[in-house]
Amino acid sequence: MKNSNIVGASVPRLEGRDKISGQARYVDDMKLPEMLYGATVRSRIARGTVREINFGSEINWEEFVIVGPADIPGRNCIALIDDDQPCLADGVVNHPEEPLLLLAHPDRHLLAKAVEAITVEYDSLPAIFNIQESETLAQVIWGVDNTFKTYLIEKGDVDAVWERADYVVEGEYTTGAQEQLYIENNGMVAQFDAEKGVTVWGSLQCPYYIHKALMKLCGLPADKVRVVQMETGGAFGGKEEYPSMIAAHAALLAIKSGKPVKIIYDRMEDMTATTKRHPSRTRHRTAVSRSGKILGGEIEFTIDGGAYKTLSPVVLSRGAIHAGGAYYWPNVRIRAKAVATNMPPHGAFRGFGAPQSLFALERHMDRIAEAVGISALEIRRQNFLKTGQTTTTEQVVHEEIDLDKLLDRALKLSDYHAKKEKFAADNQQNGGKKGIGIAAFLHGAGFTGSGERFLGSEVGVEVRADGGVRVLVSSTEFGQGTKTVLCQIVAETLGLRYEDVEIAQPDTQEVPNSGPTVASRTVMVVGKLVQSAAIGIRETLKASGKIGDSYSAEEFRAACQAYVEKNGTFRSIAKYEQPEDVIWDEEKYRGSAYAAFAWAVYVAEVTVDPVTYSASVDDFVALQEVGKVLHPTLAKGQIIGGVVQGIGFALYEKVIWENGRMQNGQMTNYIIPTSADLRSIRVHFEELGNVHGAYGAKGIGELPMDGPAPAVVNAIADALGIPFDSVPLLPEDIFDALGDGTAREDVFSSPREPGGRENDDRIAAA
Amino acid sequence: MTGSPQRSAECEISFNVNGHATSLQIHAMERLLDVLRHELGLTGTKEGCGEGECGSCSVLMDGLLVNSCLIPALQANGASIVTIEGLTADSSAKGLQQAFLKCGAAQCGICTPGMILAAFHLLSKKPQPSVDEIREGLAGNLCRCTGYMQIVEAVAEVARSGAAR
Repeated sequence: MKNSNIVGASVPRLEGRDKISGQARYVDDMKLPEMLYGATVRSRIARGTVREINFGSEINWEEFVIVGPADIPGRNCIALIDDDQPCLADGVVNHPEEPLLLLAHPDRHLLAKAVEAITVEYDSLPAIFNIQESETLAQVIWGVDNTFKTYLIEKGDVDAVWERADYVVEGEYTTGAQEQLYIENNGMVAQFDAEKGVTVWGSLQCPYYIHKALMKLCGLPADKVRVVQMETGGAFGGKEEYPSMIAAHAALLAIKSGKPVKIIYDRMEDMTATTKRHPSRTRHRTAVSRSGKILGGEIEFTIDGGAYKTLSPVVLSRGAIHAGGAYYWPNVRIRAKAVATNMPPHGAFRGFGAPQSLFALERHMDRIAEAVGISALEIRRQNFLKTGQTTTTEQVVHEEIDLDKLLDRALKLSDYHAKKEKFAADNQQNGGKKGIGIAAFLHGAGFTGSGERFLGSEVGVEVRADGGVRVLVSSTEFGQGTKTVLCQIVAETLGLRYEDVEIAQPDTQEVPNSGPTVASRTVMVVGKLVQSAAIGIRETLKASGKIGDSYSAEEFRAACQAYVEKNGTFRSIAKYEQPEDVIWDEEKYRGSAYAAFAWAVYVAEVTVDPVTYSASVDDFVALQEVGKVLHPTLAKGQIIGGVVQGIGFALYEKVIWENGRMQNGQMTNYIIPTSADLRSIRVHFEELGNVHGAYGAKGIGELPMDGPAPAVVNAIADALGIPFDSVPLLPEDIFDALGDGTAREDVFSSPREPGGRENDDRIAAA
Repeated sequence: MTGSPQRSAECEISFNVNGHATSLQIHAMERLLDVLRHELGLTGTKEGCGEGECGSCSVLMDGLLVNSCLIPALQANGASIVTIEGLTADSSAKGLQQAFLKCGAAQCGICTPGMILAAFHLLSKKPQPSVDEIREGLAGNLCRCTGYMQIVEAVAEVARSGAAR
């Protein structure tokens, strides 16, 4: 086999030409004959029972298809982890924007008027809207104690450390909800045929999640449900679970009407009704030695799951496991809890719990440094995980990771020391204050613990009649470059040209279940399987004597063609098998949580404006170790994109809630970063290689979401001397934190001690 | 789209779309975006927010960059409209489109047509923009995937080589 070096090269994005020419087909670009438009009637209250639904007389309802809970052929639920979330609320409402009724009509203008013409009378019940109200059992809305899930991670004997601690440092940190804000709103088209069953086409991440949900909802067998992914205009986790709901709604309307039905959310419906990042609260209590060694700690990590369980247990798990970050904890106790509130369920968003708990930890590390009187760098160096040590779940780090070296390189790339000194001096002057902050962290790739074993993902590589090679996976492309990278892997494995390999559009009728496209697992887990399947093709051809050890692309094609002619179908399937060294104890939450970790050190440089109180990021260095970089341009794009979402999480994106409903569900008042907000994001990679993924690749997609918020807030704390413990941190939050006018004047005008140990003087001033 | 009384208020507009003279009956309250997508099948123009914030629906109207979700279709009567399909068909933005591909400026692709229209418009007004001018010039077009750096890089590269076409 020739080594063509396709892996590691920035080949053209597979579907790129369609995207730059406007030819790529998204769900809203689909039109089927006789297609109706569908819409959802939603609850206006947070909690209560439905007394009466009134249909206004200004509408001719006979023209409409109307679907209620009674029209559901199977079970009224959206199957996921549990089946607790109804597809349509049946008399009882648990959050604002909960779906009640569905309408369809050929005229979408009329449809909007019809939704408005429906009024619902409720008997309201008291509702709860945040972690605290849920914990104090102000109302019990779920089970006996409003708790969806708890985890306990214990290592060593944390109760014994407090006595010998030189310092005990406590802190409480919170993060807000964050909207994924993919630019393409959610949407689905469904069609029903008595013989073929239900087919849905849509904007989605996980075809087989929807497949499972529709089977249960419609009471149909697997072969009577077909899910096809259309080109998907961004997802970031936001199209992991909620598309099952929209597919269910479109399917119900299609079944009742006998016609194809398209549901496309407008921006406000998408923002107010669908999932967001879980708001969180993390409490740290850490025992530290005189020199800054962590002796042990207690961490309490709590997330607001919203009204139904959905994915909260899994988000909680990842957040809890990442709560100890990239540090060695000889003793630790992590208590994690997902609670119920009367908010629309929170869900998957890039990072999946880790950005929340890592924000807390990386702020807390700076706080520990202040308490001990050492620098933010020194506290991290003292406690970095090293090869051979164990994580909080007692997973031995086998990777040859050197975080000291990674930190050194990040400091050099960012010119950290010189800037730190300069800013301290410059901040003596009136005017804008500058600061620099770091975050060091890790992100586990793939499903947690035995998750990959339970998934048992399957992929295929098939040879077509013309001798071409085609990849069969349910892994979806939504911007990351899934198709491109998987084709690269197969081309490299088979010694073909990149152009010689095709990949099927995810369609449950055509592709096996290679698991959901989430958890930074596609390149590492699915990529490795695709590589194995490709090797299967090559070895079969070799065994049949049709190719030798080396061959040209043309010879390979001819051999494939000959094989298919003689034997018919030629397909190689690979199925996931858990490596033997991955051992996980689900009960004790102990063992190998992840097949591999990606590691990173990020450095943020900020300016806080003395007039507007807004903080802006002047420079950002993102240095990470993600194993082999298979496609440098795509990898860089993943990092920059994640960093900017992380900066948004820190500085711009604030969901305003009122009685559980998002009040700023528009792009005019929920602000994401624009090109004018960002000056410089510099991306660098270390490559150590890793045995788990294809060609040594690890997960990359979520990592860059974890570090920016703490790095940026650490930089703002450095600039102003205020220990901010919460994101998002908007100008008004900074304004409020600065207290009265005198305090604000102090920060922005009065001279402060120059240089010296970082933070000390400013903490004193605060 | 038939049969309802709301559809009765129709009127005719004539305009030029991507070089083709076009006349059609439209609903009086229709947005230019809907006419392009639904009536003319030009689905390369995307809807992201419907309120002029995201720029995914950007098209050129008589040489100006507009959000087609904010333009009543009637206002386009007599105008010349260019969409991504038009730019692609006459190769007028070929260099820019290639640079988007090469630099990784398109990820999920939903903002890409609008972003290319905005970049094309910027370069036609100012063939040699500075990086800051590119950042400002594209600030009306939101992208959630790329973090913009690779988009700015693509436009800067085209400006340097003077090869938007």
